[in-house]
Amino acid sequence: MSAQATTPSPPSPPTQSATGLEKRTAERSLARRFLARPEVGALIGAIAVYAFFWVAAPTFRPADSLSTVLYQASTLGLMALPVSLLMIGGEFDLSAGVAVITSSLTASIFAYELTLNVWMGVIAALVVSLAVGFFNGYVLVKTGLPSFLVTLGTFLMLQGLNLAVTKIFTGNVATNDISDMQGFSSAKAIFASDITIAGVPVKITVLWWLLFVALATWMLLRTKFGNWIFAVGGQKDSARAVGVPVARTKIVLFMLVGLGAWFVGMHELFEFNTVQSGEGVGNELLYIVAAVIGGCLLTGGFGSAIGPAIGAFIFGMVTQGIVFAGWNPDWFKFFLGVMLLGAMLLNTWVRRQASRR
Amino acid sequence: MAQSTADDAPIVELHDMGKMYGNIRALRGIDLAVRPGRVTCVLGDNGAGKSTLIKVISGLHQHDEGEYRVDGEPVRFTTPREALDRGIATVYQDLAVVPLMPVWRNFFLGSEITRGVWPLRRLDIERMKKIADEELRAMGIELDDIDRPIGTLSGGQRQSVAIARAVYFGARVLILDEPTAALGVKQSGVVLKYIAAARDRGLGVIFITHNPHHAYMVGDHFAVLRLGALELSADRGQVSLEELTNHMAGGAELAALKHELAQVRGVDVEGLPEETELPATPASSS
Repeated sequence: MSAQATTPSPPSPPTQSATGLEKRTAERSLARRFLARPEVGALIGAIAVYAFFWVAAPTFRPADSLSTVLYQASTLGLMALPVSLLMIGGEFDLSAGVAVITSSLTASIFAYELTLNVWMGVIAALVVSLAVGFFNGYVLVKTGLPSFLVTLGTFLMLQGLNLAVTKIFTGNVATNDISDMQGFSSAKAIFASDITIAGVPVKITVLWWLLFVALATWMLLRTKFGNWIFAVGGQKDSARAVGVPVARTKIVLFMLVGLGAWFVGMHELFEFNTVQSGEGVGNELLYIVAAVIGGCLLTGGFGSAIGPAIGAFIFGMVTQGIVFAGWNPDWFKFFLGVMLLGAMLLNTWVRRQASRR
Repeated sequence: MAQSTADDAPIVELHDMGKMYGNIRALRGIDLAVRPGRVTCVLGDNGAGKSTLIKVISGLHQHDEGEYRVDGEPVRFTTPREALDRGIATVYQDLAVVPLMPVWRNFFLGSEITRGVWPLRRLDIERMKKIADEELRAMGIELDDIDRPIGTLSGGQRQSVAIARAVYFGARVLILDEPTAALGVKQSGVVLKYIAAARDRGLGVIFITHNPHHAYMVGDHFAVLRLGALELSADRGQVSLEELTNHMAGGAELAALKHELAQVRGVDVEGLPEETELPATPASSS
């Protein structure tokens, strides 16, 4: 057999290969490529929900109502974002909800008890939050247990710690008011201030949220680490075999959830000045709901950073829309459940359309 | 073949190599040489020691006896990474790709090309797509869209992408672990074509299979393993497909099987080889 025999001599000469590439990537129609994006289902859902409340509740229409919706969306979205990244990486974090409260409590108690500048509390909370994330990730990669169980354990531990430690220091289930402490106003300016955009007051968390979503999108699609997130969630063993540091990637993802918990925890603290130690339970599921509505695959390896942002926006619209429409808010969870199932069906359908060749 | 004999020196050589798992002797007395531009086929039944052999060569396990040489120099790899650094790449049957990721991302996974400085260091997507496309074409792999999730490709195409990837990342010796085992006839043909393409690019290929027909289509040298030892080690000119199939089926067992089948009504044993053609003693004791 001659060495040249296996080159099957394509009809086009090799000089055309550069233009051939352009042509080949363009072959898949633009519409199909668009439908293949993870967040398309959520986008369609968001438009539908927005249109629905626009019609049903006139008070939903003005810009300050949108601002309220966005604020609601941002506090959820700030956590849904790292939770989604983790989910794309193939893991869950059930401790994410109470970890937010742990972060607030740490900052508050640390600053108050040692009568330090609140910024010291903020830093202490950051260390603790990252440590919780590291603990989750480390236990996961060392034991090989499913993240559902590992973080369920952390969830229970943090829940207990939140209550017990708060009671030890304050004798109460809530922390003391820290609004008169040094550094409070500067911390509030960063984590919980109002700013005015075109005459409409907007919570600063909305801006942070949008910024972080943009950063996460860039990271996910344009960096090595983003590539690794998809790989460890999609096929862990293949990723390891080609040299992706699987354990490190997973631990960093858990620590990113810790970072998100810290940020939201700081917002809650400087927004309300005091923290209820029993809160946060159940929020971890809302983060997962936002991620799933946003098109993240429960089994990992597929999703986006924009999707959960849209998921959080839908969540904000439903929460506030019910209020604006003057309905009984008791129905809220029911609507959320309907949204979740609807989004799942829509996403599955869209994905089937997109993968059809 | 345009190969000159000067650079025909073996890249990977095994000399009287043996491997123990505790008290179990998985391999013994293995002599094997992998030369550039040649396909060495390793055949054997399940449990014959094929997997152990590639695990030693690819650096997952260490040998206990004899010698393992790369470029004439004795080595003892402790991780697959070390083997990879010496140009010995393994393409596993299932461990090749991440199905939901695009072809080009899979191609560069773990060895991504980046540009810019941290924290703005980012993937050089244009370049990666271009290189992946060129490399796949060079191997004769035609894909209509390099952005497609690799999971939507056929099994043979996926194997081929994994092979092209190993070739691009500097593999000199390619170990293919039963690449055709899970594939249909047509898909197997696709993979065999790329094995030949890799060989023609000057790589040494170790092709693990239990299909003598596939092996004979591309092989230059055949090694048949049985119970952890080499039963046959022959160049293409020294062995026919029939002999290879015979060895593969496990000569003695085949004779015994024929004996048993002859006692079952309705089985035609006329066309099967005679016991006397095989070097084994009749298996009658039980």
